[in-house]
Amino acid sequence: MALFSPISYFVLFYRWPLTRDFPWANYLLFAIGGVLISSGIRRAFRQPDLYRGKIAGTVLASISLLLLGLFVYVTGFATKELPASKGAPGVGTKAPDFSLTDEYGNTVTLSSLLTTAGVGDPSQGSILGATTPPNGVILIFYRGYW
Amino acid sequence: MRGFEQRLNDFASRGIRVVAISVDPPAVTRAHCQKRGYTYTFLSDPSAEVIRRYDLLHAAGGPGGQDISRPAEFLIDLAGVIRWVNLTDDIRVRARPDQVLHVIDQIGLIQH
Repeated sequence: MALFSPISYFVLFYRWPLTRDFPWANYLLFAIGGVLISSGIRRAFRQPDLYRGKIAGTVLASISLLLLGLFVYVTGFATKELPASKGAPGVGTKAPDFSLTDEYGNTVTLSSLLTTAGVGDPSQGSILGATTPPNGVILIFYRGYW
Repeated sequence: MRGFEQRLNDFASRGIRVVAISVDPPAVTRAHCQKRGYTYTFLSDPSAEVIRRYDLLHAAGGPGGQDISRPAEFLIDLAGVIRWVNLTDDIRVRARPDQVLHVIDQIGLIQH
C-alpha cells in the first residue's frame, strides 16, 4: 500500500485537480499501509511461532517510511521552487504585446487575438470557433517540454 | 490542459479565447496537441522572449536545465488590460477552468 501510494499519485491521482492539488488520497493510502505493516510487525514479534516476517516486515516498513519522506518532499517542497516573478504585469496594467508562432506556423499577436474574429486558417485548426469578435483572452503559460 | 479542453465550449460561449504559451517549438507542440486532442491555440516562445517580458522565466527549470516558463495565467480584456492574474507557488496547483470561468462572470468581461 505504501509502495503503491506514491506511484499512484503520478499515474492516477495527478489527473484530477481534487486529488492533485493536495495529495490526500495518497496520504490515506500511506496511512492504511502504515496500519497494516505495524500490525503485521507486532504480530511477527509477539507470536513468532505463528507469524513470520520479522526481518521482511522491518525492511518493508523502513522502505515505506523512506518513500513517505520522499513523497512529502516532492509534493510539499520540490514543486514549489519557483521564481517569485515580482515583475510580472499585474491587474489593471496593460498586457505586454507579443508576436509568436502558433502550432500551425501562423504568426499570432496579442492584439490580433483581441481584435480579429479569427487568426490563421480555421480549417487548419487555428483559433477555434472564432466566428464572432472575442471578449477577451485567457493566456496560460506552461512549463512545456511535453 | 485537459481541463481547459473539456471546458472549451464554456470559454467559447463567453467569447474568451484560450491561448497557451510554452518554449516548445511549433512542431513539438502540434504533435503533443494532436496526440492529446487539444484544440485551443498553443504559441511557441522558443527563445523565452515573451516569457521574460512577463517576468515568468524559470531559469534552468526544464528537464535538462533549459530555461522554461513558470506556470501562470492572465485574463486580458479587449482593451488589452489584465483583469486577473494567477501566479501559483506550486507547479502542481494550477488555475482550474471553473475558477477562471467564475472570475470571467464575476468581473463582467462579457460585452456581447
